[in-house]
Amino acid sequence: MNEFIEFFSFADANIRFVTVGSVLLATSSAVVGCFTLLRKRALVGDAVAHAVLPGVCLAFMLSGTKNPFILLLGAFVTGWLSLITIDFITSRSRIKEDTAIALVLSVFFGIGILLLTAIQHSGNAAQSGLDKFLFGKAASLVGEDLIAFSMVAVLLLVTTILFYKELAMLCFDKAYAKTIGYPVRGLELLLTTLTVFAVVVGIQAVGVVLMAAMLITPAAAARFWTDKLSLMLVLAALIGAFSGVSGAYVSYTAPAMPTGPWIVLIVSMIAILSFAFAPGKGWVSRLLRQRRNKTLILEENLLKLLYHLGEEKQDFQTSYSLQQILEKRAIPKKQVSAGLSKLRKQGYIEKTPAGWQLTLQGQRRGERVVRLHRLWELYLTQYLQLASDHVHEDAETIEHIITPELEQRLMEELGYPVLDPHSARIP
Amino acid sequence: MIIQVENPVVEVHDLTVSYDRKPVLWGIDLTLPAGSLVGVIGPNGAGKSTLIKAMMDLLPAGSGYVRIFDKPIAEVRNRISYVPQRESVDWDFPASVFDVVLMGSYGKLGLFKRPRQADKDAAMEALQKVGMQGFANRQISQLSGGQQQRVFLARALAQNADIYFMDEPFAGVDIATETAIIELLRTMREQGKTVIVVHHDLQSATEYFDWVVLLNMRLVASGPAEQVLTQHLLEQTYGGKLTVLTKVGELLRKQEFPARES
Amino acid sequence: MNAFWIILTGSLVATCCSLLGCYLILRRMAMVGDAISHAVLPGIVIAFLLTGSRDSVPMLIGAGLLGVLTTFLIEFFHRYARVQADASIGVTFTWLFAIGIILISVYAGQVDLDQDCVLYGEIAYVPLDLWITEEGLSLGPRTVWTLAVVTLLIILYIVLGYKELFLTTFDPAYAAAIGISTSVWYYSLMTAVSITTVASFESVGAILVVAFLVAPAATAYLLTDNFKTMLLLSVLAGILASVAGYYLAVWIDGSIAGAIATVTGIEFMLAFLFSPSRGILIRKKQLQPVQH
Repeated sequence: MNEFIEFFSFADANIRFVTVGSVLLATSSAVVGCFTLLRKRALVGDAVAHAVLPGVCLAFMLSGTKNPFILLLGAFVTGWLSLITIDFITSRSRIKEDTAIALVLSVFFGIGILLLTAIQHSGNAAQSGLDKFLFGKAASLVGEDLIAFSMVAVLLLVTTILFYKELAMLCFDKAYAKTIGYPVRGLELLLTTLTVFAVVVGIQAVGVVLMAAMLITPAAAARFWTDKLSLMLVLAALIGAFSGVSGAYVSYTAPAMPTGPWIVLIVSMIAILSFAFAPGKGWVSRLLRQRRNKTLILEENLLKLLYHLGEEKQDFQTSYSLQQILEKRAIPKKQVSAGLSKLRKQGYIEKTPAGWQLTLQGQRRGERVVRLHRLWELYLTQYLQLASDHVHEDAETIEHIITPELEQRLMEELGYPVLDPHSARIP
Repeated sequence: MIIQVENPVVEVHDLTVSYDRKPVLWGIDLTLPAGSLVGVIGPNGAGKSTLIKAMMDLLPAGSGYVRIFDKPIAEVRNRISYVPQRESVDWDFPASVFDVVLMGSYGKLGLFKRPRQADKDAAMEALQKVGMQGFANRQISQLSGGQQQRVFLARALAQNADIYFMDEPFAGVDIATETAIIELLRTMREQGKTVIVVHHDLQSATEYFDWVVLLNMRLVASGPAEQVLTQHLLEQTYGGKLTVLTKVGELLRKQEFPARES
Repeated sequence: MNAFWIILTGSLVATCCSLLGCYLILRRMAMVGDAISHAVLPGIVIAFLLTGSRDSVPMLIGAGLLGVLTTFLIEFFHRYARVQADASIGVTFTWLFAIGIILISVYAGQVDLDQDCVLYGEIAYVPLDLWITEEGLSLGPRTVWTLAVVTLLIILYIVLGYKELFLTTFDPAYAAAIGISTSVWYYSLMTAVSITTVASFESVGAILVVAFLVAPAATAYLLTDNFKTMLLLSVLAGILASVAGYYLAVWIDGSIAGAIATVTGIEFMLAFLFSPSRGILIRKKQLQPVQH
């Protein structure tokens, strides 16, 4: 706990720097990742991330220093080269994109590993720390490095904001963007460059191997909360930033722990929770909606049933016992009881000594369900030429879903009918 | 105009098929006569391919059932053949024409068994029927569209099934191939086979098929070609969309509604 | 002798990976192979913690199961949570891989695995872990035996299921129509990939397996139009890379697995440029579709 307070008071200047740095790194890759995700090229980022390694090693071998700008340049060159190679292979041979990505990713990484191990074995003392590129080093980012990478991150964010409209159009509708005179080629080039830069700075936080997560995961999570691109960018940035801070904290409290995997674990958990629980799109909320539908169907069926009983007697003011209700339709007794008591609470039915009785409100709603049922049956027989003995099943579902507007529309199209295909009156 | 037949080869009963909960076919009810050339016709997005896929049980039905030869499909798989759309496979696949045609025997062979000489002879014979015997060793990547279609047809022929489902076999083929295919289909009909063809060219439909199914999200008509291909029924098939139907379909998808109550 | 064992190990890894890789790339599932190879890591660590060894059947099975679970997860996210397909792959494997690395760090004392091994294996140490019988007879490195069994299993699987694998890869819709279960062959293939990945882990690491899965198969795909030839060529390319890679690594004193991956890349480049039928530098008249 002490450590927690110590860290989050940001009293230590070092902690302040590291936190700001990690947040910037994670945010910039999350923002750029949104665009690559929307262009369905999420995994390309993975290839770029792996391809950065040989660049870093070559830059070190050629320069002999770990100057961040030189390493960055090397990373940039091979990162770019990997993208060009993927495009070249897919356009000039029958190799498909997924194979090209996997091929470039693994071969570039293999070369990187070969070079890295060769450097390590060469006994050059200056090399120590190069392997930090593999899994990230949020906490040990200091001084010159931090300033360099943060600058690039800020530049990335600013560029994205400046070109927001153009990039959005590119992701949304490339063909349309072309017709209205956007320089599509140039924009693609810009996005590619942004991706490479995002990877180059992002690996400082999580490393080469897990960089793909920083591009893909915040964007995929944010996508579940909103349909608006601007909001999605902000959310992805926030998720990235949060995981960045967490990463810095982990590095601070447990220096032996690899930072990258912790950041990725945190951001993945956020994403998986979003997939499950995001309102609207999440898996759970969809299951809930399905359950609500079931309840709705049950309740409306009960109202319909009581209405049918009333219709037979031409009297809606009679009460019916649970037994009578169950005889009319085979619904499990437990469900019926639960449904009835719920309907009572909502004021659609009343409990009388003799059983259950529709209120006026309940009668109206039951009537509407019956009306929709019969209207839909009529619609199916008239417009879909279905036999009248086949339409009932369909109408059983549709009666619960038709909106008032559609109801109006149906009435119009069917010419305000009086009788359904079974010659029952449409109430 | 929906004509039902006695002793049908295919019986579709109250079939509803949905993609992502949105019904693309509503309550299809039809029967098809044995030994006929059946054309399934309708505009783009009418659900033609969906219908034949659902008939073969390749897509789950939301409601209803299909029976072929008066049996559930699982029991008659070895009597069914299918010619998928040409674009559905990757023609860059490293396989020769003969390799593909030989696949026709795989269903009957069962697990672990390799094709025998008789299967190879049947494959060669099937290639002959489509006029491709000279191409047996040709790589499939080097075929023209028409030739690709013939290879698919030969594969189905090699299977020697009793009922054939073909998805757009005339799409994008040259005139010579089209004539050759229709000749072949007619011979098959003479042998008592039933061929169900998804087709989108109205002009040739009267000439090619003796039974026509008109489809647009729902069944518009099913019956002998000359009775079905009327101005009135075609207008119903191709004319305005059923907006209410489409909107209800959208609602079902958005609300995650079940296709059937239980 | 060491060189012999190392090259043999590399060749066995190359053989099973290349064979399965042919199916992966033709099914456009190369990135799923990549995902599985990352995602088996936590399975390996957990199996290691439980059994205390690397070359055990529980290890192969436990970690192999996780590989299959990965494909389920990817499908689940995609189909039920409706995550975009590529994002679903990306999220799943990075997540599982991160868990694996964290487990390794947490149990650093108990697990004889380190991060380097995860990245590029320890093929150089393979000859050190010998299988010695009770009579004191040395039967050679354990890893070689494990890999040999796995390779045999993979070859058996491909020979026995040849026609089904061929058909479900080429035309799944037709396969389903004539009654061949596409999902049985899909999941059995994924199981095979998982087991291969786990078995290869010690020698080439979790990440470089991808190079062995994809590159030789892609090279062979550019050289032939016959599927059986493609299988054979990919194995040849894989073995050749193992030999050449070993000497390259010795020459520049670097990681052997890294060097083999580099050579597989060079092989692909050569095929891409100079393939007799499809090389982009060969100005041979391209075979055009014959109009009929």
